[in-house]
Amino acid sequence: MFPVLSFITFFPLLGAAVILLLPRDKGPRIRWTALAAVTPPLLAAIRIFFSFDRAAEQLQFVEGPIAWIPAFNIQYFMGIDGLSVPMVLLTALVSFIAVIASWGIDKHLKAYFALFLLLDTGMMGVFCALDFFLFYVFWEVMLLPMYFLIGIWGGPRREYAAIKFFLYTLLGSVLMLLVMLAFYFYGNSFSLVTLADQTRHLGPLSDPTFRRLCWMGLFICFAIKVPIVPFHTWLPDAHVEAPTPISVILAAVLLKMGTYGILRICYPLLPDATNHYAELIAVIGMISIVYGALCAMAQKDFKKLIAYSSVSHMGFCLLGMASMTPEGMNGAVLQMFNHGIITSMLFLIVGVVYDRAHHRDLNGFGGLAHPMPRYATITSLAFFAALGLPGLSGFVSEVLCFMGGFKTFRLYTVISATSVVITAAYMLWTFQRIFLGRLNERYTAISEINGREMLTLVPLGVIVVVLGIYPRFMLDLMNLSLSSLSSAVSLWKVAGL
Amino acid sequence: MIGDLTLLCPELVLILTIVLLFFADFFLGARKKGVYPALASLGLAGMMIANLQVSPLPPSHFFSGMVTHDAMAGFFRYLFGGGALLAILLSQRSSEVERVDLPSYYTLLTALTLGMSLLAISNHLLMLYLSLEFVSVISYILTGSVGGSRRSSEAALKYVIYGGVASGIMAYGMSLLYGLTGTMELPEIARFLTSNAVSRPVLFLSILFIMAGIGYKIAAFPFQMWCPDVYEGAPTPFTAFLSVGPKAAGFAILIRFFLTALAAEGETGFVDIKVAGWPEMIAILSVATMTLGNLAAIGQTNLKRLLAYSSIAHAGYLLMGFAALNDEALRAILFYLVVYVIMNLGAFLVVIIVANQLRVEDLSSYAGLGRRGGLGTFLALAMTIFLFSLTGIPPFAGFIGKFYLFGALIRSGLYGLAIIGVLNSVVSLYYYVRVVKVMFFEEPPDARLIPMPILRHSVAVFLLAFLTVYLGLSWNGLAEVAGRSSGLFF
Repeated sequence: MFPVLSFITFFPLLGAAVILLLPRDKGPRIRWTALAAVTPPLLAAIRIFFSFDRAAEQLQFVEGPIAWIPAFNIQYFMGIDGLSVPMVLLTALVSFIAVIASWGIDKHLKAYFALFLLLDTGMMGVFCALDFFLFYVFWEVMLLPMYFLIGIWGGPRREYAAIKFFLYTLLGSVLMLLVMLAFYFYGNSFSLVTLADQTRHLGPLSDPTFRRLCWMGLFICFAIKVPIVPFHTWLPDAHVEAPTPISVILAAVLLKMGTYGILRICYPLLPDATNHYAELIAVIGMISIVYGALCAMAQKDFKKLIAYSSVSHMGFCLLGMASMTPEGMNGAVLQMFNHGIITSMLFLIVGVVYDRAHHRDLNGFGGLAHPMPRYATITSLAFFAALGLPGLSGFVSEVLCFMGGFKTFRLYTVISATSVVITAAYMLWTFQRIFLGRLNERYTAISEINGREMLTLVPLGVIVVVLGIYPRFMLDLMNLSLSSLSSAVSLWKVAGL
Repeated sequence: MIGDLTLLCPELVLILTIVLLFFADFFLGARKKGVYPALASLGLAGMMIANLQVSPLPPSHFFSGMVTHDAMAGFFRYLFGGGALLAILLSQRSSEVERVDLPSYYTLLTALTLGMSLLAISNHLLMLYLSLEFVSVISYILTGSVGGSRRSSEAALKYVIYGGVASGIMAYGMSLLYGLTGTMELPEIARFLTSNAVSRPVLFLSILFIMAGIGYKIAAFPFQMWCPDVYEGAPTPFTAFLSVGPKAAGFAILIRFFLTALAAEGETGFVDIKVAGWPEMIAILSVATMTLGNLAAIGQTNLKRLLAYSSIAHAGYLLMGFAALNDEALRAILFYLVVYVIMNLGAFLVVIIVANQLRVEDLSSYAGLGRRGGLGTFLALAMTIFLFSLTGIPPFAGFIGKFYLFGALIRSGLYGLAIIGVLNSVVSLYYYVRVVKVMFFEEPPDARLIPMPILRHSVAVFLLAFLTVYLGLSWNGLAEVAGRSSGLFF
């Protein structure tokens, strides 16, 4: 069988190698090569999406396990289930869009695209890896290009933002490293499939306190990535300083790695501890939702506002997954996908206006709907999706998260639901400040959104509408995997362990 | 007796090389500069071949128990030989080494390797002390060997003073240990301690004093003060070797001394025979060493000093691994030492090339190195690989090294120590990345290209960078070698 997962993971890396061989003054050729490196993975991901067997519970497209380092029982082991498929599709799609959005970059083009493609490989690998060690390597490999992409191509405070991102993430991942080692020594494997078998956990790993410590280590690692309040402070800096395409990648894919990690590793490997801390996840989710929304409301910088709205929207995923109900779990993963799409749109939208006005001060615009009607239309679609208007995709996943959450954690869900109002408020207010009112005289000659920018926004907009009307497209895909995961975890609650 | 000489073959080859170097100096003088590095390299290669021949022989103690032949000794000889060969390569055309008396420089480098090799096979307190002094004295001379340089002389003097104090304390500790046990042979000490009662405080005191000598060699807290000054003052190629060779030799004797004389094999690893508390002491020293090294490195602006503090931090990581006291830990230390030699020498090689071509070693002069194009970019990329590897980020070899070290700690249940270790790694990221930042994020002060260094150096940088990546992706072979070599003969 064709190793499609290895293909989508390593094809961009191949593209990076080709780009490094191209002469540095051949700008167009470098851009087209980059596009050629992300297109086949996107096509392959779409094919996976349609050929994925929705009625099968087991992992699909499995490759390996092939011994990589026999001395330590480390394997090359890739495979996907209903949890990973949406993420793989999201990564492939957003990478493709981000390459188009990078068309205007002209500083050190060669290095930019080489790093970008390396980043793509790292992200894809995280979502496909089934070996803990492999997962870790992909997780870390992604850090290096991200550091340079923010640090070289970023805004005025790029160096600070880059190092902060790097330090925060590394702090989390070293904790994961220790837990991974504990699993190796007391569970005797790196395979995430094998480790899910609780009877294999021996020695200290059978001690509940130790398991909770391990869970905490993993959770902090993933929480930093999500990011969860109070580990979120790297996010506004990194998102604001990064160039537009990289902000898109950061918000759309990197944040999902945190929630994906919780579902992929914390849930199946430590179900008892997950149950123990379910309430904690819900509370943190609630705080992130409300606090993120309030912070967003207070922002004057357009990009920072979107960054804080990410904190708020990722909180829904936590609330949903903490509920352990099928609705909540499905809602959480659907929210991960939807947020990826919507927030990509939002960051692209910020990029469009920033490229023209060269600032992001929300009070410095006004009346832009008049010279830029098409831009205002697509923005309104993205804003309404973000605030959860029925008929658009964000609504479905938020409602599912609330439904799941309401069953298990009534109070926290009720408090979280207030954010719907806050979100609507800041989104509409932002729209008003940019597009409505009298036209700011400085921008009478501002140019309308161009074809390339529309090309990046329209496909995402279509997905937002389609998934808003017919969410089963996505839900059918993940339902089986997620229900079996939630029932496997809930089983440990019943057993009272 | 003749059989004993067979086992000592690698050292004999080195001695022969040293004698030949003397003769060459006598007959040729400074006229034929190329002869000395060539001869020294040949001798080192010969030593490694001899080592290959003696390695399969069964482990034993010989020369009336003064020295040992075992798998670990063989491993360290390779490491020293390889490191010294690289050091010779690094010294080529170095502006600093050019000012040194060349014949004696290479003779001393070979002699230093001999001393380290003897240290790694010592099985007797006297032998241990003598070889340690042998290594130290030669290091003092090489540090001060740059003629007419105040910085170099000052460094050598500091080195001598600190070294003298440390070895004095060590000799006192040894006399205490001898007084307690009545023997100087390491395995005999263990035998005596198992079957007889001794005063535990005195035993601890003697261990603490002996640790002063060893800690000084590996630059562990509180004997790390000499390190930055000496690294800064010594000729850079020698600094590079100093940061890997004698440090590795220090670890060789650390492992041998503690595990042969003061430990017994327990169920899950080695245990402290008399419960004298030395594993705890090692753990505390490791925490102090790595934390101090990392924190002090943050403020450095001279690259040699920065690498000096980083080497202190790495000694801390290695000590931390040793505190785990199991087979995994031994394997991890050996593995890490090999990786450390590669990445640290790689980083120093870049510093040497930049220093040769631009005559500077200050961090600010690295500004925009990665943006100069051509050689500058190549060097900056290689440096980035070495620095990220030193931080311990995959897919580079340094990560695998740390992975094994932390693995050993988790195996022994030392979770607290492991957490301090990983937090230190995070701190170290800050200063390593600062160098990367300067090289790539800042604009170069001028547009001049960096002149090409000699081809050998470029090739060596490439090979070391390649190895750093390669061992990060496929390290099974090295792990097996390290596993096989962790056998000690008691």
